[in-house]
Amino acid sequence: MTPEEKAAVLARFDQAFAQAVPHNAALGIRFADFDGAGVLIDLPYAAHLVGNPDTGVLHGGAVTALLDASCGAAVFARIAAPLPIATLDLRIDYLRPGEPKRDVRCRAECYKVTENVAFVRAVAFHPHAPEDLIASAAGTFILFRKGGKSAIVEPLAERPS
Amino acid sequence: MSRILELVARARQTGDYAEFTREVPYARWLGISALSRDGEIVGRLEFREHLIGNPVIPALHGGTIGALLESTAIFRVLLDQETSLLPKTINLTVAFLRSARPADVWAHATITKQGRRVASVRVEAWQEDRARPIATASVHLLIKPLE
Repeated sequence: MTPEEKAAVLARFDQAFAQAVPHNAALGIRFADFDGAGVLIDLPYAAHLVGNPDTGVLHGGAVTALLDASCGAAVFARIAAPLPIATLDLRIDYLRPGEPKRDVRCRAECYKVTENVAFVRAVAFHPHAPEDLIASAAGTFILFRKGGKSAIVEPLAERPS
Repeated sequence: MSRILELVARARQTGDYAEFTREVPYARWLGISALSRDGEIVGRLEFREHLIGNPVIPALHGGTIGALLESTAIFRVLLDQETSLLPKTINLTVAFLRSARPADVWAHATITKQGRRVASVRVEAWQEDRARPIATASVHLLIKPLE
């Protein structure tokens, strides 16, 4: 995939996930990057997303929404056909409090796809400190395949555009 | 004591829970509040267009349901006992049972175990029919009771 092709795919994904989904757009989520290992999605800091007005730290719910959206995006980036999917469950561990007035970035990886289920893991961190994780998540998604077996699994990064 | 905890202490006495939830910017923006209904504390997510996660079905964004479930667990622990700090979420596991229609969502939390440091809370969310929950959550909260 050439840099131009990648930019085009990125723009298409940003349109489909960040802009066409009302809640993602309202949160300000941006589709930042993708590679063979997963997707990178940003949640810019905003005053209306603050959970504790005494500290100015983002609400856990905003991080939950970022992780949920990113895990779903990671599934779409992994499956070849744009199938309808639904979150089955999502577990989130809050590893440390976020810092005030900082953006949050999420890396999500769909590491296994079966006929009916996709398994995803994700981490959230501030872009300036990617090693110091704020949260980690594990999610499972149900895939609604039409007519049963059409299990084409082809990472987005290797797919001809 | 923080302003939030002062408002929570007042809510425990007056039974007006809406006031302290309005103090949280994210809760206000999303439309989450705590209220007393039929003698129990419930969390409410008031429907707004920006909560939509799937415009085709249409259905609410899973993250908004997660936020309601987590917030309701925190409301329950906050209103149940005096604490010197806001409870911190250690983790939560959400099971999404049905897609959430574009309408209000309600949630109720039960404290299954109240320890000295940790509260284990189960939360259920529903829309028009409480017997048909749309999501459940298991939440662990780190608490610090007043000495």
